[in-house]
Amino acid sequence: MTAFARFLKSLFLLELFKGLSVTGRYFFARKFTLQYPEEKTPLSPRFRGLHALRRYPNGEERCIACKLCEAICPALAITIEAEERADGTRRTTRYDIDLTKCIFCGFCEESCPVDSIVETHIFEYHGEERGDLYMTKDRLLAVGDKYEAQIAAARKQDAPYR
Amino acid sequence: MIEWLVELWNAVPLGVQTVIVILLQIIAIVLPLMLCVAYLTYAERKVIGAMQIRMGPNRVGFFGHRLWGLGQPIADAVKLMFKEIVIPSGANKGLFLLAPVLSIGPALAAWAVIPFDAHLVLADINAGLLYVLAVTSIGVYGVIIAGWASNSKYALLGAMRSGAQIVSYEIAMGFALVGVLMAGGSLNLGEIVRAQEGSILHWFWLPLLPLFVIYFVSAVAETNRAPFDVAEGESEIVAGFHVEYSGMAFAVFFLAEYANMILVSALTALMFLGGWLSPLQGVLPQSAFDVPVLGALLDGGIHWLIIKTAFFLYLFLWFRATFPRYRYDQIMRLGWKIFIPITIVWLLVVGVMILAGLPPWFDGA
Repeated sequence: MTAFARFLKSLFLLELFKGLSVTGRYFFARKFTLQYPEEKTPLSPRFRGLHALRRYPNGEERCIACKLCEAICPALAITIEAEERADGTRRTTRYDIDLTKCIFCGFCEESCPVDSIVETHIFEYHGEERGDLYMTKDRLLAVGDKYEAQIAAARKQDAPYR
Repeated sequence: MIEWLVELWNAVPLGVQTVIVILLQIIAIVLPLMLCVAYLTYAERKVIGAMQIRMGPNRVGFFGHRLWGLGQPIADAVKLMFKEIVIPSGANKGLFLLAPVLSIGPALAAWAVIPFDAHLVLADINAGLLYVLAVTSIGVYGVIIAGWASNSKYALLGAMRSGAQIVSYEIAMGFALVGVLMAGGSLNLGEIVRAQEGSILHWFWLPLLPLFVIYFVSAVAETNRAPFDVAEGESEIVAGFHVEYSGMAFAVFFLAEYANMILVSALTALMFLGGWLSPLQGVLPQSAFDVPVLGALLDGGIHWLIIKTAFFLYLFLWFRATFPRYRYDQIMRLGWKIFIPITIVWLLVVGVMILAGLPPWFDGA
């Protein structure tokens, strides 16, 4: 482009009008805003939200206290203590996840050989007191019991791909 | 009841009567202006939101109805009123509190000479254009004093940038106004509008097109709006001259900025787009303006001035949504090396056009 053409181009503000036409077009475009509490985005079956401990259909807890999740947890958020139960099986006596440390990487879920610790689709939870985000074994099992149908459906949907 | 009121009014001495009437007129201008400022902030968020494919504020409404977020400016204003005004310990307290007043005073005072309609003007003075130039220039003192009194390096830097910028663009703006004054043949804003009477082609935007563009761009720079907002440049100097201000003191600066935006938009409409004149004048036959209600709407009036002003305000928001901020040296280059030469050249052209009596603008007197 010659210097003269460039001079004319800048004198008549051509580039600026081009920019204005872009924003002018978008002014009328359909808006992408999602009205959150009323509308929600679809969640992938692999979504990693609040943790849960699952049970077998017969009511026996799945966790066998192998401590793989505790070992792999990069944030050291999981604490497990285990003992031999009366019937001779190895079970946890303590299974705590500190959600204030957890980074929701999903490694615990990946490492679990019995699909016991899982991450659910729940992401709208809160704590009002200091201990509220410290999930104990009872609370984790309660979450698992309550949302078992949803958890199982998500696992089933994702099964062909893993 | 009414007779009693009339009697009461007549009992008031004549001098006091005039003062009361003027005060009421001032309130009648300032109150709607403040409301416009509040809803201009709402419009700004909505327009920029739309241009960024967002929705903008749409939650706060009235009485449990959302009403597209129309309650937002009211909520913002109430919030600002209840916030504390923090005065920095190193600040010059008197000047620190004086600065917002100096900033908003001129922004409101300039409205005195704006003719809203053929007969609707608070002070119909002959040197209206000079008055506007003089009063709006005082606004820069508010900015500079705010920056200095805050005793903060960011505030001072912002004030210096803003001061230099406003002073530079004042020149190009002044020259553009000289063109209007030559074309209009008067310093009275009402007379300038009346000189544009005829049709949409008689308005000064056509013969003064370069001055029109330069005036509006200078007005954007003058009000420190994007893309000339280096004075607040949040990425490098936080918020510029008003970093140290909070609560209502900050809100006053905010009001002044938006009141100035409305003011320069109204001035542009008056001087280049025929103010209250109707664009249909000269297009429709005279009989169309005699139709009872429709005629009044089609004929010139305050509503046309409001529509034209709103158009320029929309341009302000459009620019802000589109252009990245100018670099400081580019702003100075644009003001001194481009705008001032162009205005001077076009002043010569206007002079020649007037001497030649070029129709349809200059063939009259």
